[in-house]
Amino acid sequence: MPALNAPNEATGPSAQGPAPVEIVVAYGFWIFLLSDIIMFSALFASYAVLSGETAGGPSGKDLFDLRHAAIETLCLLFSSYTCGLGALAIDRRRLLAFYLCAALTLLLGAAFLGLEITEFAGMVAAGAGPTRSAFLSAFFALVGLHGVHVSIGLLWLVFMVAQVAAQGPRDYVLRRLHCFSLFWHALDIIWIALLTLVYLLGSR
Amino acid sequence: MGKLSWSVIPWSQPLPMTASLMLALAGLFILGFITWKRRWPYLWKEWFTSVDHKRVGVMYVMLSLVMLLRGFTDAIMMRTQQALAAGASQGYLPPEHYDQIFSAHGTIMIFFMAMPFMVGLMNFVVPLQLGIRDVAFPVLNSVSFWLTAAGALLVNMSLVIGEFAKTGWLPYPPLSELQFSPGVGVDYYLWALQISGVGSLLSGINLVTTILKTRAPGMTYMRMPVFCWTALASNLLIVAAFPILTATLGMLLLDRYVGTHFFTNAGGGNAMLFFNLIWAWGHPEVYILILPAFGVFSEVIATFSAKTVFGYRSMVLATMAICILSFMVWLHHFFTMGAGADVNGFFGMMTMIIAVPTGVKMFNWLFTLYRGRIRFEVPMLWALGFMVTFVIGGLTGVLLAVPPADFVLHNSLFLVAHFHTVLIGGVLFGGMAGYNYWFPKAFGFSLDRRLGLWSFWCWIVGFYLAFVPLYVLGLLGMTRRLQHYDDLSWQPYLICAAFGAAIIFCGIVTQVAQLIVSIRTRASRRDTNGDPWDGRTLEWSTASPPPTYNYAVLPQVTGRDSFWTAKQGRARDPRGAASHQLDTAGDREKATPVEVPNNSPNGFVTAFFAVVMGFALIWHIWWMAILGSACAALTLLVFGWVPRAQRVL
Amino acid sequence: MSPEKQPDSAPGKDPDRTAGTIATYTAGLGFALLLTAASFLVGKTGLFWPPGVPVGLAVLAIAQMGVHLVFFLHISTGPDNTNNVLALAFGVLIVGLVVGGSLWIMLHLNANMMPAAAAMEMMH
Repeated sequence: MPALNAPNEATGPSAQGPAPVEIVVAYGFWIFLLSDIIMFSALFASYAVLSGETAGGPSGKDLFDLRHAAIETLCLLFSSYTCGLGALAIDRRRLLAFYLCAALTLLLGAAFLGLEITEFAGMVAAGAGPTRSAFLSAFFALVGLHGVHVSIGLLWLVFMVAQVAAQGPRDYVLRRLHCFSLFWHALDIIWIALLTLVYLLGSR
Repeated sequence: MGKLSWSVIPWSQPLPMTASLMLALAGLFILGFITWKRRWPYLWKEWFTSVDHKRVGVMYVMLSLVMLLRGFTDAIMMRTQQALAAGASQGYLPPEHYDQIFSAHGTIMIFFMAMPFMVGLMNFVVPLQLGIRDVAFPVLNSVSFWLTAAGALLVNMSLVIGEFAKTGWLPYPPLSELQFSPGVGVDYYLWALQISGVGSLLSGINLVTTILKTRAPGMTYMRMPVFCWTALASNLLIVAAFPILTATLGMLLLDRYVGTHFFTNAGGGNAMLFFNLIWAWGHPEVYILILPAFGVFSEVIATFSAKTVFGYRSMVLATMAICILSFMVWLHHFFTMGAGADVNGFFGMMTMIIAVPTGVKMFNWLFTLYRGRIRFEVPMLWALGFMVTFVIGGLTGVLLAVPPADFVLHNSLFLVAHFHTVLIGGVLFGGMAGYNYWFPKAFGFSLDRRLGLWSFWCWIVGFYLAFVPLYVLGLLGMTRRLQHYDDLSWQPYLICAAFGAAIIFCGIVTQVAQLIVSIRTRASRRDTNGDPWDGRTLEWSTASPPPTYNYAVLPQVTGRDSFWTAKQGRARDPRGAASHQLDTAGDREKATPVEVPNNSPNGFVTAFFAVVMGFALIWHIWWMAILGSACAALTLLVFGWVPRAQRVL
Repeated sequence: MSPEKQPDSAPGKDPDRTAGTIATYTAGLGFALLLTAASFLVGKTGLFWPPGVPVGLAVLAIAQMGVHLVFFLHISTGPDNTNNVLALAFGVLIVGLVVGGSLWIMLHLNANMMPAAAAMEMMH
């Protein structure tokens, strides 16, 4: 009599009974990420439609500083790299390496946020805030939502580091760290789209 | 306290005050009754903090049935107003109330009646049909329910404190912008939907993961019950569509609170963008509602014809085709907005194409019935009523899919009759069928059959009396949402429609009576073997109600309709090793100890703070809003810090 | 156990259930840096044929998203990854329909529904 959860000839991998919990959690989070990307796409669509509606005010060409955007891009890209290294470290239970990578990810993410906040503040001070025109409303909403996600990610990372420190690399902690790294990489993917569509195309 | 003051309660308006008073009295009565019977600890421990999918599912359905009463009250008020307000008479509802009533009616029926009804049925049934113990994320499930309830609470608060939106069930700009709707009504609508929208999205993620990743051993995709396929398609749509709703309502909120120009007239805003995005959500939404209903009918028709569903493979293909196609038709909701012939033509054709897989399903149901041993139990009657009614609704839909025809009929009562035909004939009938069908499984005794038959006939007769006149009126030129009209020749039709609504009211009364009578006489209708209908799928192999863990030993599935096959096997050879027994003592002996997640107050507490935050944002009480959202975030962190406990059964 | 009999791998983990290797991440970083530099070159300098810039940028962006998916998120086409790829494909389809459909619709609406005064202005 075959074991209860053993595969038989007719079944594939997903018909062997409920999957192990780390796969279930990671897949559920993956589905959540896809839904988040769809939410961004609605804002992308709005931005694309409204990008020409400057209501007589400044346009992307007048406002976007590409050097600024390049530094932000590098910060986020390298933070994705350190996040990946951190995932490797915690996998191999090298806690010191993990803390170092987490600190670097935090620093780079915070640098990105700081740069973005200064950019926003500068635009608002110059009279190009979100209430100036439909184009600017869409810009602030789209880029701002990404920034909000980055902020939440950083808070989440702090929470996770605290949990690792207090409770050690238990299995539920590892699952959540894995979800965090999925989240962080996805944010970088969204930034690629933002950089291309908003900054690079918008400054022509 | 922001814009809040004692004057926002409508002291001088008799209608809202009466309604509020009745609501308050009913609420106090229920709360008092529970306190008098000292049932709060029981309710808290067994229901409010439960993460058991069966309990959560029952609570969803209870929420939807209560909101059905509120939404239907709105409907009766509208029907009576329209029956009266012809020519010289202004009826009894001034426009500013009538507008709130039709807005509340649509909002409540779609978001707080139909959605919770379908989600509740899926929550209860899917894990049982898949042969597993719970959904993938039980605590998240509880959070989803309570967030939906939070949204419902906010909408009902608007009756007493302030006002509701007057913009219809979808708040089109520029009317819904601050310039033309400066009151709190639209804000109530927006925050209620944003909060419950999060709940819906989380529930969608939960069920998709459950169906794709946690089925019982041996249950391949092609061995799943049809209801699970439709649940998968519906929840995939939830995951894909609700983010669009969140983003779009979020942009309207930004316009109203921050002064941005997404949809305003000034500053380059584009109101048409709202229509485009909201219907990109709105069309998948109606398929989210109808797909689980289709699933219910597949189960019911198969069971009460004693035949397996005809054309399983084509049912699956049709379901997934509907899932994908539902994202390719949304412009048919605004043919008249001026996108031109090319765009209108494309979407018109896609709309006609999406009728094809639905037709496939309809024929499959017919062929399931053909040469079956049909039993006319209450769920089967709802299914037969659906088959006739939904075809009519679908046909009128295909007619509206032709852009030139839609130019005449857009926003007329013909449209209103069409969507009520498919929503009532499809979603509501499906809900009622599922309610009658799975009630014995949930509670251990079946519902009274005679009262069930009465309720069905009242509903279906009342429905046709109420809505066939509306088709005629639409063709005669009457538009929707009219508080008053001058053409007296329309009045007889509207009187007939009001009469139909009254008969539906009788149907609802009989359903309430059915529930009360069934509870009182439950001893005579006990479900002793867990299989009151001679069912085909796995849920009927458990006790009624099933134990918390559903299955002592997860069933090993070897084919479709595996429970039916096992029963036939057992009938032929009583000593046969059928793998689906009821939860017997022998099973429990050889089963390893089962871990079930502990109860969690996470959902209730998060939703409480969500209500505080929403209410504060509506009334511009900024300190309370910050406090509420901070506490909600803190709840997440606090419950996340402590590892989730499990108990062993 | 042959690979197809193993359970699926979680998104973000490679088939050995690990998070990959340092080499994978470093390679991914390298490719991403190259593609980023290329994007700025195409977008900022005048080196690329101007009408082709949007397409060029789009291609580079998609390539870089692919680099992230493959090197950082370990998405592959193996049978253990089918569910993950299908979910991603579904998401991409919806994004395409929403963004593409909205643009198509709004472009037509804006063109047809332009206010008469603005249309007159455009004609002169």
